[in-house]
Amino acid sequence: MIRLQTEGLDVGALLNLFCQGRADIGGVVSFTGLARHEDGQVTGLELEAYPGFTETWITDLVLRASQRFSLWDTFVVHRTGLISPGEPIVFVACAARHRRQAFEGADFLMDHLKSQAPFWKKQHGPGGEHWIEPRSIDYQDLDRWKTSPSDATD
Amino acid sequence: MVKVLLFGPLRDLAGWRERDFEGAADLSALMARLDPELALAINGPGVQVAVDKAIVRGSAQLGPRTEVAFLPPMSGG
Repeated sequence: MIRLQTEGLDVGALLNLFCQGRADIGGVVSFTGLARHEDGQVTGLELEAYPGFTETWITDLVLRASQRFSLWDTFVVHRTGLISPGEPIVFVACAARHRRQAFEGADFLMDHLKSQAPFWKKQHGPGGEHWIEPRSIDYQDLDRWKTSPSDATD
Repeated sequence: MVKVLLFGPLRDLAGWRERDFEGAADLSALMARLDPELALAINGPGVQVAVDKAIVRGSAQLGPRTEVAFLPPMSGG
């Protein structure tokens, strides 16, 4: 399940929803990303998606993760619009038969979402506002997954 | 009529997010109709073009209800 929403994320409710009635899976790993204040330099984030295009991109990513790590189910919820420091910006959950697959699936999804997903993010702060691009650490994180020729274009 | 969408810094530069253009049969014709400063930015590094939500490279024919999106470098989530 993939969802983009402007409303705040109730992470506990999302996780409960994902786990509800599941006797078939051995483990669920979830990750929640929060907007940082960067020592007062960020008063808010403005996140823009391309409706339809962004969901399709995430759907393709989830398919790759599901195949690579034998995930049984996934849940990706991403905020758009105005986000204040401390608020959840992204929630990812992966269910698998064994915990290792679930951990790696969530890790893979987040590294790709952080560096490549079609979002445009503007940072607001006391010094003004500016659009931000992925940091070099985000690309280094992505490199960890290039283990086969088919991933060379990641 | 072609629907043009701008995102991120391109939207700020142009001062609009969505606009309809008449009589642009292909991408080159559409680019010629845009404000020169915006067209220059679109030709800058890392800007991708999506036609009906699919990335295209080079030229592309545009139909009467085509949606063209100019996508500057993405920030990630």
